[in-house]
Amino acid sequence: MADAIDIVGLSHWYGEGAMRRQVLQSIDLQIHAGEVVLLTGPSGCGKTTLLTLVGALRQVQAGQVRVLGQELGGSSRSVRQQLRRNIGMIFQGHNLLRCLTAEQNVQMGSDLLPGLSYRARRDQAREWLRAVGLGDHLGKLPHDLSGGQKQRVAIARALAAHPRLMLADEPTAALDKQTGREVVELLRRLARDQNCAVLMVTHDPRILDVADRLVQMEDGRLTASSLALQAG
Amino acid sequence: MNPLRWLTGVWQGRRIPLSWLLLTRQPVRLAVALAGISFAGILMFMQLGFRDALFDASVTVHKMFNTDLVLMSPRTKSSISMAGFPRRRLVQSLADPQVQGISPVHWNLLLWRNPQTRGTRSILALGFEPTDPLFLDPKLTAQSSLLTQKGRVLFDELSRDEFGPVAQWFREGRTVESEVAGKRLRVAGLFAVGPSFGADGNLLTSSETFLGLLPNTPAGSIELGLIRLQSGADPEAVAQRLRQRLPKDVIVYTKAGFIEMEKDYWRSSTAIGFIFTLGAAMGFVVGCVIVYQVLYSDVSDHLPEYATLMAMGYPLVTLLGVVAREGLLLAVLGYLPAYGAGQVLYGVIHAATKLPVAMASDRAITVFTMILVMCMASAALAMRRLGDADPAEIF
Repeated sequence: MADAIDIVGLSHWYGEGAMRRQVLQSIDLQIHAGEVVLLTGPSGCGKTTLLTLVGALRQVQAGQVRVLGQELGGSSRSVRQQLRRNIGMIFQGHNLLRCLTAEQNVQMGSDLLPGLSYRARRDQAREWLRAVGLGDHLGKLPHDLSGGQKQRVAIARALAAHPRLMLADEPTAALDKQTGREVVELLRRLARDQNCAVLMVTHDPRILDVADRLVQMEDGRLTASSLALQAG
Repeated sequence: MNPLRWLTGVWQGRRIPLSWLLLTRQPVRLAVALAGISFAGILMFMQLGFRDALFDASVTVHKMFNTDLVLMSPRTKSSISMAGFPRRRLVQSLADPQVQGISPVHWNLLLWRNPQTRGTRSILALGFEPTDPLFLDPKLTAQSSLLTQKGRVLFDELSRDEFGPVAQWFREGRTVESEVAGKRLRVAGLFAVGPSFGADGNLLTSSETFLGLLPNTPAGSIELGLIRLQSGADPEAVAQRLRQRLPKDVIVYTKAGFIEMEKDYWRSSTAIGFIFTLGAAMGFVVGCVIVYQVLYSDVSDHLPEYATLMAMGYPLVTLLGVVAREGLLLAVLGYLPAYGAGQVLYGVIHAATKLPVAMASDRAITVFTMILVMCMASAALAMRRLGDADPAEIF
């Protein structure tokens, strides 16, 4: 099976001239389709930078980054934009569109699918909201949802575009222990059903056991990679 | 291609109406925006309405005449300062084989005494031979025969109220008499023209009565000469011939040129046209500022959300489209109340000033175009803010 992510010798710098600072130092990382990988490490070690590079949100400076078969080194803006349609992203803040209902927010994801009628895309959006347990909250605005519910809408939105890779940046940061755990397990289950790879950045030690693999990072280097215990 | 299938395809392919929801889910901001746009629209409607009314009103009298060409003195610059020229010039024009008939017209502003309050006010008086087929309106031509008796006048019932309740009294069957230039006159009938910026009211009378009011008029001097041509004659060609044949103490206009000269006077020789156009321009600028403010802060407030959409794989073009559609929606939604209010205000102004203001379709289109340009230009400026939406910054 083709790798979802294949990174060889990736380095990245911020700033110019004397201010230039290296944040990633020759990183090698492979993630297979359907694999759930957790990335941990102290803050400021470059996790988020790695995520934005893999998510085709930043230009690769040095090294090879192949995501879903697309080489990102020297790629054009439109290539990256097209690739992003196949990558689901979940953020620390939920980043839902405030003016849209839960259902409409999710449909912004399914609207990216080509060749489907409006009704089909709306039905898919509803289906995903039911899958994340929000079938009763279709018409609510983000304002009226709790933190955990919002994060679940965000997951539904990311999945609605049928991604083959999910990137999540501390999805549990704003949630309490119980809710955070539920959200992450939901994410893992749904991603696995779709045969979708997941790369999740987290500080949260309580959710490490959901991963197939743990990757640790320090000062821009990957320090350890271990097979996690199989979650129950 | 089957158009029905195409329409179905468009309908099936529709997306979440993001622009509409962005606007309507913030009702206060939308209300402010629409109030601003409507205000700008109303301002433009009023200013352009006044300007057009001025130009139209200034030529309602000109348009009444059944004529192909007119003779005037070269010293005449507008209808409020008509200079005299020798009547025989008009007679000379009969030498042209294509000229069918002529009518001399006296034209001056006279003082009318309000029969109720006894105050005097300037009124535009026309004097002519009552038997001449002077007017396009056959009813008015028929009414002119009432003027054959000396000391009789026709009074414009749309004249401003300051001239007294002449029309009302006349309809009640009373004998309405008043004093013009110190001579007693009786109202023999009513007609409808309406005031212009130059004249507050109009009066028709016979040449004989007219000259009685102005005894100092030089013999054989008239202010306007009407020339009717045989059917099929080219007015421009005849005008050209007459210009060559007649001495330089008269000028020849076609009817259209006569109307245009009058409009041109108000447009260029007075500040009025400029003032109203400037007023409309100010409405435009005020509208631009308001729409730009609203759209700019809208984009700024939603910057993380726009960045999220870009991270999801929506191209920048889609987001520009969202802002452009917001501009379009604002233009349409803001125009409708402006149009309605414009209608109402035109009615109010017409009742108060008797100026011919009405919702002309070309003005309605002009104002909509201005509002559209205003909203789309503001949207285009607000779009620059979208360049700051960097999806890499939202993690």
